[in-house]
Amino acid sequence: MTELYKPIIRDGLWKNNPALVQLLGLCPLLAVSNTVINGLGLGLATILTLVASNGIISLCRHHIPDEARLPVFVLIIASIVTAIELSMSAWFHELYLILGIFIPLIVTNCAITGRAEAFAARNPVGPAIVDGLMMGIGFTAVLVLLGALREVIGQGTLFSEAHLMFGEVARHFTIIVIDDYRGFLMALLPPGAFIGLGLIVALKNVIDARQVSNSVASTTALAENQST
Amino acid sequence: MNALQRHILSIGLILAAFAIGASSVVVFTEQATRQKILDNERQTLLNAINILIPQQQYNNDILADTIEIAAKQQLATTKPSTVYRARRDGQAIAAVFTSIAPDGYNGKIKLLVGVYKNGDLAGVRVISHKETPGLGDKIDDRKSAWIKGFTGLSLNKPEIEQWHVKKDGGHFDQFTGATITPRAVIKAVKNALLYFKAHRDELFRPHNEPT
Repeated sequence: MTELYKPIIRDGLWKNNPALVQLLGLCPLLAVSNTVINGLGLGLATILTLVASNGIISLCRHHIPDEARLPVFVLIIASIVTAIELSMSAWFHELYLILGIFIPLIVTNCAITGRAEAFAARNPVGPAIVDGLMMGIGFTAVLVLLGALREVIGQGTLFSEAHLMFGEVARHFTIIVIDDYRGFLMALLPPGAFIGLGLIVALKNVIDARQVSNSVASTTALAENQST
Repeated sequence: MNALQRHILSIGLILAAFAIGASSVVVFTEQATRQKILDNERQTLLNAINILIPQQQYNNDILADTIEIAAKQQLATTKPSTVYRARRDGQAIAAVFTSIAPDGYNGKIKLLVGVYKNGDLAGVRVISHKETPGLGDKIDDRKSAWIKGFTGLSLNKPEIEQWHVKKDGGHFDQFTGATITPRAVIKAVKNALLYFKAHRDELFRPHNEPT
């Protein structure tokens, strides 16, 4: 069982990360990653939508004709997003006032259609839900990391405005990383998002390349040992 | 009907079935949440009003005691907007209405302005804006207390000529690196006060009275 889910988990979190490798959903990713809290907000909303859409599409997969699959995916995703938005507004209104602006952005996130097409439409419900969850977490991790990077460089803080998401107690969560910082506006504006994401993608590629060369080195070393 | 046509027809029917299913989900959710969302929105609006006019100061149903005013050039509104009136035992206390600063650094800044009957400001809050994060967004009360500085001011306090940022020789602080945003907000608040002064009796007119 775990053997089945391991590659799905590795794909979502690292190997096929939607934001770093597939480069899907860049529009919302770049638009709202200016602080940690904004990033986390969009991330949570995306996880919810991805899990629900992957689950439902996987359930219906035998009834969706191949030729009409994309319009069906769009129908399903759009109605899920609308239903989530309405339910949140009704039962979690405080949270809705904060995350509400992110929810329409999710419709523009092609990572969701991408996962529906690439995974959910071909796999049973269990793996499809795990895939949605893991892709969502992978996406959220990048959002939070990029948000932290931009927030520290842009305004010298971390977790500012956490009370918008976690309530009044969280007002003191804000960490002032750099005291009396004048701010670096570019990090907060869209160019900062592009440069920041570029740096994170580059960092991931460096780590991957190092791992590959390490494993190559160790196999050659092993081979040499055996030949002597 | 040949095989291809039958195939196309069946795909069309399946697509239609999904469309009906998906729309039913939305319709059902909308029906189930409509009342709750309306209540929540009312409560949120009431909370916003109560920040400007403390609840102890009035005892009418402020969300019901409203009038619609047409789009006003002075308030820079482009659509009719609602004026909420606070009364205590039938006596007018204050009015809360929308004013727009059309000349923010990055488009319109929408303000909620509360004015007591004597023309003193009960308070001002930004409802929506697109100002630069870290610079112009200090007009938001969650980012800085600047906007709270309007409470208690009026057209005579400071003198009307002083309703400018310090850089323009006025009374109000600007922000480091951002003058356009506070300049726009100050002008919009001043215009709201001028509008209130000119139309006070009209604004407090009981809403069942014909115009």
